[in-house]
Amino acid sequence: MIRSELIQKIADENPHLTHRHVERLVNTVFDEIIEALARGDRVELRGFGAFSVKARDARIGRNPRTGESVAVRSKKVPFFKTGKLLRDRLNGHDTGGPEFEGEDD
Amino acid sequence: MSEKTLTRMDLCEAVFREVGLSRSESAKLVESVLQHVSDALVKGETVKISSFGTFTVRSKAARMGRNPKTGQDVPISPRRVLSFRPSHLMKDRVAAGPKR
Repeated sequence: MIRSELIQKIADENPHLTHRHVERLVNTVFDEIIEALARGDRVELRGFGAFSVKARDARIGRNPRTGESVAVRSKKVPFFKTGKLLRDRLNGHDTGGPEFEGEDD
Repeated sequence: MSEKTLTRMDLCEAVFREVGLSRSESAKLVESVLQHVSDALVKGETVKISSFGTFTVRSKAARMGRNPKTGQDVPISPRRVLSFRPSHLMKDRVAAGPKR
């Protein structure tokens, strides 16, 4: 499924909304997550998963082609951890249970 | 450290603000976005959101694990896991830090 298909599905279910509205809705959801991570914030969506930022230490990398050493600076990278409900659903434990059950660790 | 945790509520608030739908409709629609993404993944589909990232379902084979506390061997059954690969845009925005 790609972004446009997601937009189409939601538009089909909501005939009272314009396609343009649905597009903006979907874009806002994903843009908000990116902006939160850019600020260093976490985004926790119970049942679905959590987006966070992890710090990577500076290290000495190597150019795989030339074998040359290069200094890699410390950086921040986005990270996603699957939520418990979604993880269970992926493995067939589709309980249809409470939407907001506690997340593990 | 000053980092915050955003939840569904914050996403709903953003939709309410940016799109101009009512709060209750915004909440319903944010949930619907997450639901559709989850449903596609459960069906085994890859979900590719351009300029955000790609969610892929991977199958893991069974293996022997070990309880690190007791040292006991425990079988880990085959399972499906979700992996998320951020887009270049997301990586760049996160590496660059807050907008000035």
